[in-house]
Amino acid sequence: MTDGKPENLRRIAVDPVTRVEGHGKITLLLDEANHVHEARFHIVEFRGFEKFIQGRPYWEVPYFVQRLCGICPVSHHLAAAKAVDQLVGVDQVTPTTEKLRRLLHFGQTLQSHALHFFHLSSPDLLFGFGSNLEHRNIVGVIEDFPDLALKGVKLRKYGQQVIETISGKRIHGAATVPGGMNKSLTVEERDRLLGDIDDVLGWASDAVALNEKIHMEHPENHGFGSFKSNYLSMVGGDGALELYHGGLRASKPDGSNIFDQFDYRGYTGKIREEVKPWSYMKFPYLTDLDRSDGWYRVGPLARVNNCDFISTPLAEAARQRFKAFAGGGFVHDTLAYHWARMIEALHCAESIKELLHDPDLLGSDLVVKGEKREEGIGVIEAPRGTLFHHYEVNEDGTIKKANLIVSTTSNNTAMNESVRSVANEYLDGNEITEGLLNHLEVAIRAYDPCLSCATHALGKMPLEIELLAADGVQLDRVAKGSNGTIVRTI
Amino acid sequence: MSTPKVLIFGYGNPGRGDDALGPLLISEIEKLGLAEVELQTDMQLQVEHVMDMQGRDIVLFVDADVSCDEPFEFGELKAEKDSSYTSHAMTPQALLHSYSHVLNATSPKTFLLRIRGERFELGDELSSSAIEHMEASKRFVLEFLNRSDE
Repeated sequence: MTDGKPENLRRIAVDPVTRVEGHGKITLLLDEANHVHEARFHIVEFRGFEKFIQGRPYWEVPYFVQRLCGICPVSHHLAAAKAVDQLVGVDQVTPTTEKLRRLLHFGQTLQSHALHFFHLSSPDLLFGFGSNLEHRNIVGVIEDFPDLALKGVKLRKYGQQVIETISGKRIHGAATVPGGMNKSLTVEERDRLLGDIDDVLGWASDAVALNEKIHMEHPENHGFGSFKSNYLSMVGGDGALELYHGGLRASKPDGSNIFDQFDYRGYTGKIREEVKPWSYMKFPYLTDLDRSDGWYRVGPLARVNNCDFISTPLAEAARQRFKAFAGGGFVHDTLAYHWARMIEALHCAESIKELLHDPDLLGSDLVVKGEKREEGIGVIEAPRGTLFHHYEVNEDGTIKKANLIVSTTSNNTAMNESVRSVANEYLDGNEITEGLLNHLEVAIRAYDPCLSCATHALGKMPLEIELLAADGVQLDRVAKGSNGTIVRTI
Repeated sequence: MSTPKVLIFGYGNPGRGDDALGPLLISEIEKLGLAEVELQTDMQLQVEHVMDMQGRDIVLFVDADVSCDEPFEFGELKAEKDSSYTSHAMTPQALLHSYSHVLNATSPKTFLLRIRGERFELGDELSSSAIEHMEASKRFVLEFLNRSDE
């Protein structure tokens, strides 16, 4: 984000960001007064998504797209499945299919949110951003807060069990088919999931309480990497928090609507993706506004801000406390993403319990057929935010064109803005300090960006940080070793 | 139903070329229908996988590796704190370290089989050398299981 002339700026590059999925790189462009004039958060892994999908038969797409990400394969699977429903002319699946898909989605969101809070963010929040890096990690949490860590492990495990039960296996599960689902849930499977659900509800409630406590007790966190922004999410027809299917709502920072209940199949009329020469990622903005102020945030903070209510009682009570914190208006604190994330985790747990008691879930009417179409658009609220899958097919059923807007892309500008805000506060002189790095990473982690990696082959995780002058001359370079030590290598 | 005493856990992303080696080897072993051995796969390791390790005598992790010798390297693992804690994915050594803290118990004997891979980009096919390495690895795993029975 800059209004100035980048050619006059010095650059600091930080590469990659740890504890986010995949690899990222931060470039900070300074002005002559050492203010961070522009922040560029590069995500190099996003190229090739569409190319990866083109030419595949449409019915295979929900399976192929699971390979895009090791953290949220189910989100890609379901968004693609909704698009494929349209390709086979199905606008309304059966009640059993919809509920099975919702159950799958709640399981996915629960486990993803649990991973993010308990394993990736809680070390920052519990130990403080400036605390010893060797201890500020999940193992530190396990050592100092074993009960909390165990709850996190079990929440994730439960979410995984829901996925495995419906999909058949942990990876490459076969949950959906065009216009429906592959298999019913048996009574035994349902009862097995019901066995632990009350414990799951308790752990999720505890996580909300912990986040409320942390946010209230640390007023210094409120302004950290924060700013007012627009928000985009799906909501139900009645304005409820909606993760699986609904209309799009975009809101201004004061809570007023930019648009509401918009049919997502017309998203290209509301969202445009700007290309910038320095990034493989695009920069989406709302066409109702102009490029400079049409960017928006997605994800838990957007969803909990945007909705009018949450349909499950415990999560709704938590939402009301969340809103009360901001005097009834929108909460713009970037670190409140964590709080909103746990409210959603609680909603997922409550919704799973409701669905498991719903007789429709055990039905056998799973598939609807229709007339084939050339275009399909599927949108869901993935754990990290609104996820768009858009496909056009050739006559032979192969994918002619694909467009994906993933949540991290939507948050692209917002992440840059948070980075710029934090860097301005913590950059001291020309050196990349460990303190600066820590704070930048905390700001980015709030968005839980998924950098689409899932390749984790041993020995493939280098970490380099470099400081470059505007003319490209390297002023400083730091390497982070596999044991976490930081070494200046210039 | 009792928990099988041996767990073989292959991990990797099947959509990224040779990163599929772990899950692919599991598919190959699955075809053999071995008794008393549980087979699991996942995209990457995370802390909840300590629950999969619980109640086992032996755990064997299988992963692709760009830096090991061809066709594979094998060794027993020691619990270790390392930088993988700062990622969405964990190493098996880190998982082993977490095991004792999360479950307050001594971890099972744990091994890692690293199969040499060459290419890992999204959409890559499995390389021909990776296929050879997987075959060699499969033979080794069967020998390993036979030795474990003795």
